[in-house]
Parts: sequence; C-alpha cells; structure tokens
Amino acid sequence: MSRFARNGDFWSGLVLAALGTYIVSEARRWTYMGEDGPGAGFFPLWYGSVMVVLSLALVASAVLRRPLAGVRPAVRWLDLGRAMGCWVAFVACIALMKLVGFAIAFALLTWFIIAVMARRPQWVALSVAVGGAVGFYALFELALEVALPKGVFF
Amino acid sequence: MDIIGGLLQGFQVALTPGNLGMCVLGVVMGTVIGVLPGLGPSATIAMLLPLTFKLEPTGAMIMLAGIYYGAKYGGSTTSILLNVPGESSSVVTCIDGYQMARKGRAGAALGMAAIASFIAGTFGVLMLMLVAPPLAQLSLAFSAPEYFALMVLGLAMVALLAGESLTKAMLAMLVGLWIAGMGTDLFTATSRFTFDRVELLGGIDFIIVAIGVFAVGEVLGNMEPAKPLAMLPVPKGLRNLLPTWDDMKRCRFAFVNGSVVGFLIGILPGAGSTIASFMSYGIEKGVSRHPEEFGHGAIEGVAAPEGANNAETGGALVPLLTLGIPGSGTTAILLAALVLWGFKPGPLFIQDSPALFWGLVASMYIGNVLLLILNLPLVAVFAQLLKVPGYVLYPLILGVSVVGVYAVSSSLFHLGLLAFFGLLGYLMRKLDYPAAPLVLGLVLGDPMEKALRQSLMMSQGDISILFRPIPSVLLGIAALLLIVPLVKKFNAVRVQVIDKEA
Repeated sequence: MSRFARNGDFWSGLVLAALGTYIVSEARRWTYMGEDGPGAGFFPLWYGSVMVVLSLALVASAVLRRPLAGVRPAVRWLDLGRAMGCWVAFVACIALMKLVGFAIAFALLTWFIIAVMARRPQWVALSVAVGGAVGFYALFELALEVALPKGVFF
Repeated sequence: MDIIGGLLQGFQVALTPGNLGMCVLGVVMGTVIGVLPGLGPSATIAMLLPLTFKLEPTGAMIMLAGIYYGAKYGGSTTSILLNVPGESSSVVTCIDGYQMARKGRAGAALGMAAIASFIAGTFGVLMLMLVAPPLAQLSLAFSAPEYFALMVLGLAMVALLAGESLTKAMLAMLVGLWIAGMGTDLFTATSRFTFDRVELLGGIDFIIVAIGVFAVGEVLGNMEPAKPLAMLPVPKGLRNLLPTWDDMKRCRFAFVNGSVVGFLIGILPGAGSTIASFMSYGIEKGVSRHPEEFGHGAIEGVAAPEGANNAETGGALVPLLTLGIPGSGTTAILLAALVLWGFKPGPLFIQDSPALFWGLVASMYIGNVLLLILNLPLVAVFAQLLKVPGYVLYPLILGVSVVGVYAVSSSLFHLGLLAFFGLLGYLMRKLDYPAAPLVLGLVLGDPMEKALRQSLMMSQGDISILFRPIPSVLLGIAALLLIVPLVKKFNAVRVQVIDKEA
C-alpha cells in the first residue's frame, strides 16, 4: 500500500470531497436565484463547492507531502479497537432501548464497559450497573420528571 | 440604564435564593469537571443543557456560566498535583505548578492558582460590565448586511480556532454549515438534505451534535488505555495552602499581566483561554528578573497563566452577548442555550433582557468569591475526585448524554444520530480535525444564510449592499484573518526552499 494511502488526511479528504460533490449535486436541483432573491440552492452550492476544493487540496497535500516531514504515528489498532468496541456497545444499547427501555439497556452497557472492557470483577460491574440504572431512574424519571426512553416490554 | 443601576438590578436578581443556589451548583460542578481530566465544560454544558429547559432561564444561564468559569479554577488542581491538565487552558500551569509540588510547595501553588484566578476573574467581569454596554450601543446600527458580515467574521475566526491545519478547520466548519442547512428551508419550503426521513424535516438539533461530538466523542477517546497516574499529596490545613507574603509580592505583575492579557485575548473570538495563558506566561518570563527559574517551579509561572485563563471568560462573553458571536466551542453552546430559551444575543440583548445580562454579571462576581472559598479549604476534597475510576465515570456520561438528547427529541432516531455524531467526534480527534469550527459553523450557519438572503432580497439581488461601510470593514477583517495564515505558511515554505537551495 502506498504511503499516502495509510494517511488519515488522504482518506478523510476523499470522504469530504465526496460529501462536497453530493452537496453541490443536490443544490443544483434547487432554485439558485429566484424573483425574491437567493433560493434554497444558493448557499449550499457555494459552501459545497468550497468543500470540494479544500478537501481536494487536503488530498493533494497528503499525496505530495514528503514522508519525513509529515510523519504521523501509526494507527494503534488496539486503542482504536477499544474505542470502537465501546461505540458498538453504545449503539447496541440504543437499539436495545426500543425493546427493554433505558434502565436495562443502560445497566447492560455499564456492565459491558466495566466487566469486559475494563476487566473489573463481576461484583463491581454488577453493583455499578444496577446502582447506576436505579440512580438514573430515581433522579430523572422520579425527581426531575424527565422522561427516559421506554421499551416494548418495560 | 447606567452601569451602577444595572449592577444593582443584577445583584437583586443573582441574590435570590434560587439563583444563588444555581450559582453555587454551577461553580461546584465546574470545579468538579475542571478537576477531572477528559471531561470539559463544553461536554458538560452540552449534556446538561436539555435538562435546563424546565428551569427559569436566568437561573439556568447562571448555572451554565458557573460551570464555564468554575472549570478553569478546577483545571489547575490536576495540573499541579498530577502534571496532567484538567482543562486545555491549564496546560501551562503544569510547567511550574508541578515542579513546585515536587519541591513540596503544592499548597502554595494551589493557593496561588486560586488567588490569581479570583483577582483576574473579577477583573474580567468588571471589564465585561464596562465594555459590553457601549459596544452593544455601537452595534445597534446593524441590519441584515451588517449581520451577514458579522457572521462571516465569526466564521473567519476558524483561522484562530484552527490547530495545525487551517484547511481541516475550514472543512470542519463547512460540515457544520451543511448540518445547519438540513431540514425545511423556511424561505421556499424546500426540503434540503433530509434523505427522505421525516425526522430530519425539522433539521438536526444543535444539542444532538454538541453532545455527540463533545461528550460521546470524549468518552470514546478516553476508552483508549492510559497509563495510571501518580498524584502528589495535597497539604492539609488552610495555612499550608496560603502563599507567603513574599510569594504575593513576586506575583504582583503576574496578577496584572494575567488579568489584562486574559481579558484582551478573550475579546478576540477564537483565540481562547489556552492562548491567553500561554501568552501571559511568555510575557511573565520575558519581564522576569529570574527567567531561569521558570520551568523549575517559579510561582509567577502559576499566577500569570491561571489569572489569564480566568480573565478570558469575561472577555469571551463580550462578543457573545453584544454581537452574538461565540469565540469557542463552549461559548457557542452558551449561545445556543440563549437562543433555545428565546433570547437574542446581539446588540439588543442588554436592552431587551437587562435582568439576564446584569444578573449574569452579578452572579459572576459572587461565583468568583465562592470559587475562592471553595478552592482554598476544599481543594483536598476535590482532589479525591481523581480517584474515581474512568470505568465508573464514562457509562454515567453516556447515560446523561442519552437522557439529554431524549429530553429534547423523545425519539430513538435522534439517539441514533447521537451515536453517529459521537463517532464523528472521535474520528475528528483521531484525524486532528478541531471540533470548535464545526460547532461554530453549526451555530452561525443558519442565521448567516438568513442574513445573506434578506440582504439580497432588500437589494433585489444587488451584491453591492454587502459593501456598505460597516460590512466592508467586517468582511475586510474576515478576509485578513483567513489570508494572513496562508501568507505566513507560504512564506515559511519559501524560506525553507531558499535555505535548502543555499
């Protein structure tokens, strides 16, 4: 794999160039200038175009940059994996709320972070998970009357 | 209303039991999150904002502002005891603060940080009170073209918010503009970037993006393994926390330096408290009779930056409240809070909402006194918070984030968006894209587009309306802000090439 293909600037620049192209293509479908002044497409067309130019400039600079001048630490996959593991657990927790409601989904997320990711003893994970869920319910649902997500079953 | 009258009204508002309680709550929470590394005021204010909708706006604003300036007091504790800044603005305090602690002078360093913060923080509020009303009066002549130019100037501040790369900062800002533009266009009823989702017709709430990028993104970043930190002990007893008379004499100039530099840097949107603290430290070292002591535990090296980052708060509120321009991620969230409560920060803000403006100013005087009282005798108690493990803290932050977003939207779809923006915030960190420009674009995008379209409607499409005297000056400054870094960069590359050729 060529050196710039490992560079975050290269890939993020390409993604943003694609986003800019999408914005411009959408904006072209809307009115640019009507009788009453600028239309819905006026502003997005401009910032979308600027986004394309800047993101391509970022891609170009990533390609042209000399290896030593732009040395960035290699991706630490273990760190990235831990963060992504936490994110996937968070997404699963949100998905679960539809079925089991906030309290149980949140308790499961807390247990996962403490027992699986931080590798703490089960009694610590379970007590923080249950205590946290009860605490949230008591504070928000009962004391502050802020509605928590409800599930089909709970 | 004159300043004295306004201030008296402000104290009447701030000293009601409810508002006083909110001030205490805000500064205590601010100190706590300032002490905890990895949790900043932006994330905390974003998370708590939806929960304040049921509160009375003045009290809620007093509390959120308390978190903002309270965090700056708390940030120094971690810098001094752990050599890890609790807040980015306390980075400089690590240099001499930690060295003082290693030499057994942690008490004097913590005490001096609190005293300098109090003096400079109070100076910042005093100047806010004196500068804001005349500046607001001056900007009363503004209409749509002037507002548009002002918003462009606000967006151009990304040049100052940019980290290493202006290109990345501008791209982040453009993504913010794009998100701000989602939903139904109120001028033409056109649906923009809604992906055929009914939930997106009303646009994406600012809160979801702010909580996702700041709070969830911060948790994901902190989930990466970190080395355990060794904390130096906090001296017991108030007497051991008070600097000596000799220390106070040595820091006379540092108090003035921190106060003035901090406030002036604060007024410049985008510069921020980190720059203020670095600059005041540099000045302090430059004028010191003992520059060789800096970096080895010079007490002025604690007083100047801690003063500067607290005086900066008062400065940062000047453009926010009088022009409606936020200069940082945190002030952008405060701006969004004011708008969500139905206020219009800008030239008419002081005139239309005197109770809120003067109540806020008075509460900041009270808050600074409270913080001094809290931070001197209770610093050891706050330091204990550093023993709370991350694996307990992070699920709680994620839980509060979910509750905050659900309180605003009552929709699981929006919780999905929260997760998306959390991932975006994390990736932005990993790829060195600053988050503040994204928030700036998100907050200013909609009013800027409205102002531009109103201007061009006024002139029937004639663009020369944007070049009236005031907009011309503002747009000129914006252009300079963007061009100067490019010229500097070009010049640096040119010098490098010449050096190599030589």
